[in-house]
Amino acid sequence: MKQAFRIAALAAAIGFSGPALAGLAYVSNEKDNTLSVIDTDTHEVVDTIEVGARPRGILLSKDYTKLYICASDDDTVQVLDLATRKIIDTLPSGEDPEQFALHPNNKHLYIANEDDAIVTVVDVTNKDVLAQIDVGVEPEGMAVSPDGKWAVNTSETSSMLHWINTETFEIEKNTVVGQRPRHVEFTKDSKIAWASAEIGGTVHIFDVETIEEIKQIDFQIRGVPQDRVQPVGIELTSDGKYAFVALGPSNHVAVVDAQTYEVLDYLLVGARVWQLDLDKDEKFLYTTNGVSGDVSVIDVEDMKVIKSIKVGRYPWGVVIDPTS
Amino acid sequence: MNLKGRLLIASALWGWLLAPTSAMALDVTIGYIHWVPDQGPVLSNVTPEPEDAGLRGAELGIADNNATGRFLDQNYTLESVIANDADGAMAALDGMLESGVDLLVTRVPADTLQAMAKQAGDRALLFNAGARDDGLRIRECQPNVLHTIPSYAMLTDALGQWLSMRRWKEVFLITGPTDQDKAWADAFRRSSKRFGLDIIADKPWTFDSDLRRTASKELPVFTQAGDYDAVVVADVRGDFGEYVPFNTWLPRPVVGTQGMGPEAWHRVVEAWGAAQLQNRFRELAGREMNSEDYAAWAAIRSIGTSVTTLSDAGHSEIHDHLFSGDFQLAAFKGRKLTYRPWNGQLRQPIPLVHPQGLVATPPLEGFLHPETELDTLGYDKPESDCQIH
Repeated sequence: MKQAFRIAALAAAIGFSGPALAGLAYVSNEKDNTLSVIDTDTHEVVDTIEVGARPRGILLSKDYTKLYICASDDDTVQVLDLATRKIIDTLPSGEDPEQFALHPNNKHLYIANEDDAIVTVVDVTNKDVLAQIDVGVEPEGMAVSPDGKWAVNTSETSSMLHWINTETFEIEKNTVVGQRPRHVEFTKDSKIAWASAEIGGTVHIFDVETIEEIKQIDFQIRGVPQDRVQPVGIELTSDGKYAFVALGPSNHVAVVDAQTYEVLDYLLVGARVWQLDLDKDEKFLYTTNGVSGDVSVIDVEDMKVIKSIKVGRYPWGVVIDPTS
Repeated sequence: MNLKGRLLIASALWGWLLAPTSAMALDVTIGYIHWVPDQGPVLSNVTPEPEDAGLRGAELGIADNNATGRFLDQNYTLESVIANDADGAMAALDGMLESGVDLLVTRVPADTLQAMAKQAGDRALLFNAGARDDGLRIRECQPNVLHTIPSYAMLTDALGQWLSMRRWKEVFLITGPTDQDKAWADAFRRSSKRFGLDIIADKPWTFDSDLRRTASKELPVFTQAGDYDAVVVADVRGDFGEYVPFNTWLPRPVVGTQGMGPEAWHRVVEAWGAAQLQNRFRELAGREMNSEDYAAWAAIRSIGTSVTTLSDAGHSEIHDHLFSGDFQLAAFKGRKLTYRPWNGQLRQPIPLVHPQGLVATPPLEGFLHPETELDTLGYDKPESDCQIH
């Protein structure tokens, strides 16, 4: 590992002087209280950073200088400085933060507090708690639309999406979806929202303007019992062509046509695939596989899994820094 | 009608702030009737069973239902009765039916449940969250009764699958004196045939001395036999079973009702979001959630999930929905749970646990079923005389 780190450091050093800059992926390891740092050119782990207890959701600041980490069992959101890889601050998060989303203004952080049935909104610049919004049981997924108008929270046990107006911090609409909704992803133009329902086994497509469901996607994988097909993470390509849906203990990622909502393929990855992220060129898709403790790398052009990378125990979230 | 389905004028606050999707306000009252016969004195009285097991799970179910219901203008209340005897439980049922409560969760013995089901007839829907008896699932099924607690056969099949998977196929069975112990052991004998286990010794527990003084002397002799891979204990109330581990003739693991065994729920279950359910329960009850709590919670969540979908709380509408194929319960066991149409049993994975950890969660990989692997646990459709749907 030390060796790998040296090589990476070298690569980074070279990178600074030329265009061959290594991309970096950050993976939160829920049961190791660490982040694994992966070089996305070599697909090797180059560093492991100790963080707070039970790290789950992670996200990058809009200027890509900081990484925010939900340290669920420490009841806090930690701020990691990416240049030094040190925790430089903590934010008040409410109890048991699991997932969060940053408003495009780079200030308002929406945090789902799973144990308290609350969404907390924190201003990351001065740590003010701007609002605490009552939502359903076990709030989990959080997303803010790229145009900044909507924050959507999923409550797992209530099986609802709560549509929060980001001006007023009030819920404007509640939409019932399949059982145990986990994740919401907006299209780049903020017109369509995708929501996964883990136990329902479905993905629900919403028209954002009307907040009406326009389509439900079902999944069937040959040889996998239907109740093992459990959609969690969703990632959309920016060209609007594809959606990737992590299907949990079915150990597959679905490739969906993002225009017709037709399922094109199922790719076999590690055990209990949770979250996923694309690298900056959208050439590779990284998936976290909770049970097998690794990250699968999917070549997007060939739609093939090309590698699995061993990380810490129960890898949960993954983000790839597009500037590194 | 318990749920009056009254059309309330949506309260200005909730209606305006939360914009409920349904204009129809629903008040849903769910009854909970609890009667557990005295278990008699037990030798192993170190950790007594909580007396409110079941009730606290029901309370959490109501809280979870309300947390969802407030966005939909649905309000749930629990009416609970802890009865002192079977007559008290029957009287509680009459009282609830009288006042229009038609959704009921019970933790009562099988014969009381049968009497209640007959008494209620088509006036109410009952959820059995206490009686594990297999007879209720294979012979004496009632169309108005659903079972959220797993049957003895489901529990012992989970253990049987695991013993078979480990290839610990030769077992020494010890059965306690109570009817429950015998029912558990009968279920295990059936499981042993299903999963190719060999019960090389099948001995009833007859000793009446206090094992705390003499366990180390008595049990080694009692468990003398040829070779065996594991000792299986059937001691449902926890009388002598805790003294079996480490006191067997051969150095073998102890499984069953003590040592490592099958449970509907246990505090060590934490995957699939279960950690959050455990936290909520601990906060509410100040103790750990057990199988009876889980069964009562699952019953009330089944009602809540149905009402959310239907925007209706009539007991016959809920009943039809539960068997419609549209119903699915997210219940922290890693997959959606549904009810078996022939006998009303909630299908569910069964955690195998020891006091400090989870060992496995059957159905295990490789035990196949044409419909759902969950039906490899307990009496399957062709093995049951019941056909309530």
